[in-house]
Amino acid sequence: MRRSIVVIVLSVMLIGLTAWITSQEKVGILDLFTWGDIAKESRNHIKMVALSMLIATAIGVPLGVIITRRVFKRTAPFVIGVVGIGQSVPSLAVIAIMAPVLGLAFQSAIVALVIYALLPIVRNSYAGVNNISPAVIEAARGMGMSNWQIARKIELPLARPVVMTGVRISTIITVGTAELAVLVGGTGLGVITFTGVVAQEPLLILQGAAPTALMAILLGYMLEILELKITPSGVGAEVRGYG
Amino acid sequence: MIKLENLTKTYPDGTEAVKDVSLEVEDGMFCVLLGPSGCGKTTTMKMINRLIPITSGKIYIDGVDVTTVNLNELRRGIGYAIQEIGLFPHMTVAQNISVVPWLRRWPKSKQRERAEELLQLVGLNPSEFMNKYPRELSGGQRQRVGVARALGADPPILLMDEPFGAIDPITRDRLQNEFLRIQEKIKKTIIFVTHDIYEAIKMADKIALMKDGELIQYDSPKDLLYRPADEFVADFVGADRALKGLQLIRVKAVMGPVSSTVRREDPASLAGEKMKEEELDQLPVIDGEGIFAGWINKGDLPGDRAVGEFMTPADTTVEINTVLNEALSLMLDKGLVRLPVVDMNNRLEGMLNFEDIRKGLSEASGQSG
Repeated sequence: MRRSIVVIVLSVMLIGLTAWITSQEKVGILDLFTWGDIAKESRNHIKMVALSMLIATAIGVPLGVIITRRVFKRTAPFVIGVVGIGQSVPSLAVIAIMAPVLGLAFQSAIVALVIYALLPIVRNSYAGVNNISPAVIEAARGMGMSNWQIARKIELPLARPVVMTGVRISTIITVGTAELAVLVGGTGLGVITFTGVVAQEPLLILQGAAPTALMAILLGYMLEILELKITPSGVGAEVRGYG
Repeated sequence: MIKLENLTKTYPDGTEAVKDVSLEVEDGMFCVLLGPSGCGKTTTMKMINRLIPITSGKIYIDGVDVTTVNLNELRRGIGYAIQEIGLFPHMTVAQNISVVPWLRRWPKSKQRERAEELLQLVGLNPSEFMNKYPRELSGGQRQRVGVARALGADPPILLMDEPFGAIDPITRDRLQNEFLRIQEKIKKTIIFVTHDIYEAIKMADKIALMKDGELIQYDSPKDLLYRPADEFVADFVGADRALKGLQLIRVKAVMGPVSSTVRREDPASLAGEKMKEEELDQLPVIDGEGIFAGWINKGDLPGDRAVGEFMTPADTTVEINTVLNEALSLMLDKGLVRLPVVDMNNRLEGMLNFEDIRKGLSEASGQSG
């Protein structure tokens, strides 16, 4: 409840800020962007985030789960380490490295965003499955559940909320990082923000940054609600809340 | 019948966890695997339902080699309860109990019926607990559900790995007593692992004492206490074996008869007469169904008033299946010379005094007088 109030207040403030800036129309000799521009770049932005998150989830969740299996267990630190490199390198650098390889375009931005988004997803998928109490698994095996039944009836429902937390955190980060796509020839709200950076005009920077922040807050909140929805009853905060 | 034949477990690094263990557990028998930690008792137990693969030797259940049976089918036919319980946190109590019936594709209604029946059996009110989640339960309640779950599809065999190990002493005592009572009803073949010799003596029909992977002695608790096979057993049993022997004996085996009683509605003077006759200072009072109500003491007891008006209401009683050390401790604690013994419905069945306890002990240890 308190959480949704915070979200509403922040959203109203950010919308207000954007509306106020946009209503100025001109700052100095520069034209500000119009509502139409903001809407268009928001759509581009969200397309980019959605696509990279879809890919990152499709790769990250199976990867995180596979390294909990007995055969691959030993590779877990290695896999998480490699995936972690993607995030320990600054996002700007990741995008910059991608550009010469894949050309200055949409796809190099997507690849960079995916690499950047992987770590929280892989890490949480791994932790979600791995942190299930061994006693629970032993009891299940001792009662004669097959590996498949254990995976489907025990591990999946217990790990789901933790996996979802990873996806949410990753999404929020990606919304921010996607600003940089413009530097490799992409689009999105970064178009507005970086015009402001180049022109050294704070108002213009804010005109791009405020909708980005709004998008991150709203997406994060929606995913949080989804996370609560898919958390099985009987499983409390002790399972959720990995960051 | 469960039969272990030259059972051996050697791990790849060369450690021999279990060495050439052979033993037989008859149907309906409560067999405790006892020993210090690392003695191989849990490993032995887990080889029975093949959670740990056997290195060499055989395990037969009713003559069938367990390695020839489908693994999951084998396990579904053996109840399994562990110290950490391992209840599934995202399933209700009823769903947890119904896991094996669900695996066996029982119809939903039968699963539900069975869950209710089992909750009743372990002393939890079905209507209150069926839909609760494990985290809403206390430790003792969780362990009860764990036991109920192990009994889910009514398996003939139960494997229990220190199921009462992580519970506070008072609750543990109660659960042990309740479980013994349940076992009297259900007559399962039980393999029960513990390192607690008190628990072993109290629960077991037969104890298998293990050390460093070897079976040292396989005997009744009484023989283990009073006829230890070697130095190690004697040490493990300990110097206070006479006191431990108290665990072997149940109140009903040594209690004396109820001398005479008065009813609550009898005239008080009748109590006075009876006391004079029997040379007693107090008499037990019972009500209509023979339920123990309290004590009446010698003193001024007018005939025109009922016993009930003078009586001290019942407080301390002991259940007929209680083991002697608990009864003795109760008597010392409350400063009682005579302890009323009641059955499950609180009906007065006998009286226990110190002399009864002493006699019971000397009989058990085989010394007279």
